Amino acid sequence: MEKTLNWREYIITRLIKASGYSAIIFVLLIFFFLLREGVPALAEVPLSALFSVRWYPIEGDNFGILPLLTGSLIVTLGAAIIAIPFGIGTAVYISEIAPRWMREILKPLVELLGGLPSVVLGFLGILVLAPFLRRFLDLPTGLTAFTGSLLLGGIAVPTVVSVAEDALDAVPRAYREGAWALGATRWQTIWRVTLPAARSGVLTAVMLGIGRAIGETMTVMMVTGNAPVLALSLSSLFSPVRTMTATIAAEMGEVSNGSTHYHVLFFIGMVLFLISLGVNIAASSVVFRAKKRAERILS
Amino acid sequence: MDKIIIEHLSLQYSDGTESLRDVSLGIREKAVTVLFGPAGGGKSTLLRCLNRLNDLTEVKTSAGRILIDGENILDPKTDVIALRRKVGMVFARPVVLPLSIRGNLTYGLELAGEKRKSKLDEAVERSLKLAALWDEVKERLDDPAIALSGGQQQRLCLARSLALQPEIILLDEPTSGLDPISTGKVEAALQELKKEYTIVLVPHSVQQAGRTADYAAFFLQGELVEYGEGKAMFTSPKEKRTEDYVTGRFG
Ligand SMILES: Nc1ncnc2c1ncn2[C@@H]1O[C@H](COP(=O)(O)OP(=O)(O)OP(=O)(O)O)[C@@H](O)[C@H]1O
Ligand SMILES: [Mg+2]
Repeated sequence: MEKTLNWREYIITRLIKASGYSAIIFVLLIFFFLLREGVPALAEVPLSALFSVRWYPIEGDNFGILPLLTGSLIVTLGAAIIAIPFGIGTAVYISEIAPRWMREILKPLVELLGGLPSVVLGFLGILVLAPFLRRFLDLPTGLTAFTGSLLLGGIAVPTVVSVAEDALDAVPRAYREGAWALGATRWQTIWRVTLPAARSGVLTAVMLGIGRAIGETMTVMMVTGNAPVLALSLSSLFSPVRTMTATIAAEMGEVSNGSTHYHVLFFIGMVLFLISLGVNIAASSVVFRAKKRAERILS
Repeated sequence: MDKIIIEHLSLQYSDGTESLRDVSLGIREKAVTVLFGPAGGGKSTLLRCLNRLNDLTEVKTSAGRILIDGENILDPKTDVIALRRKVGMVFARPVVLPLSIRGNLTYGLELAGEKRKSKLDEAVERSLKLAALWDEVKERLDDPAIALSGGQQQRLCLARSLALQPEIILLDEPTSGLDPISTGKVEAALQELKKEYTIVLVPHSVQQAGRTADYAAFFLQGELVEYGEGKAMFTSPKEKRTEDYVTGRFG
């Protein structure tokens, strides 16, 4: 009896360990694959050409990835500016202000929005949003960075809302009551007690939302116009851009295996990987710090 | 003189629990009134009516009146924020805000719009002295409040509500998590405070009720069973149910 229990214990622990390790191994394998296919780009294209401003890989062997990098950044930045206030605001509304029946409608609705396939949003973007923006803002085309930002913002909002809402929900009721009992208004309590107490969770929500936006491919490919133009000013927010993800998705099917173009696309993949790794590390270090603080408080 | 007059107060939470049933009670000015009884008797519920903290929980029905200085605070037109400054509250578990000691004390005043540093400093010192905490923390007012011991944190919470210069202080089992020495300090502070303030205390034991009560009210399942002077209540209660509880035969 004793013995079989020990065996079971042993096997289960091993299985859990193995699945944990394999997750890490998969990530490493993917990264090594990216490295193997992407690093040769550095040998085949001089660095100065790689970080130049012209991306015309087919006609002229111009492999400047800066337009793609700035394209991704401007679309993501726009999305973040939309998604952060809107997402946190919605989370605060759901967890702090809405009456119970409203909360019970809104929460599943947000989850549902989060599960919407991005190609469907792309459709809406092309058919509804882009023509509307073109007429409303009087632009030559509605397929712009801004259109992409709006849609990506929409994609990031459910992520931000559901993670931030959980964080707010986890703030002990006693904190709020403590503030109310001191004569704080509802708004003062939210702004000065509840949100600061949920800070780390809210930050994680923001990071995850941004991560979601950076990696999004389908929607941006459909609505940003895909022109590889360096996007550095505010006006480029309202002209077509091309993002890193859209470039890889659009061109990977057409390149010949092992060509320079192929290697550069992988190099772009590496850059993307590093960016989202950075975002994730930033997010988890925030959470880690907060955890340590919580442990200190408890002990 | 009665500072608070409760008239026919009934309250039902939205899940159907009837937590207060036709409670009528007068609470004396500048004295300690103790609300005691077994768990679920409605003591916390009554306390939370006195500063309208129950506005924020799901209450199904409530009826009756609560007069403070002659004004019905259950009237929807009451300025709840002003009421909560006038009626301070200390909870069972000290809730220190993630700020410095000083920050915790000035927080309520800052919310009320007080910005003058001299006023704030004055309030910090005055309220800490009232809560018998000044000597222990005067050297480290800018340390994080979370570094204080549990008993000190609880007195900090007391000081925090005193900083707003309330007239009434509600305490809901303020010493339930404290050791006997800290408990003694809080009780001693209350004895000082009652010279200036009206105090309503839910004690965490019958013994504490006996030690602190000028007046006492015994609650059983939402009903006010008996009210009277503290001494009389704990030596010769009129009601059989009170006697059973006080002598430890149930609850
Ligand atoms: N937010 C709430 N929602 C629903 N029912 C509640 C709520 N708060 C309290 N009650 C119920 O109301 C009744 C009285 O509760 P209350 O907390 O006032 O009792 P108490 O006398 O303070 O008890 P204790 O000594 O355990 O603190 C209990 O039956 C309790 O279950
Ligand atoms: Mg209680």
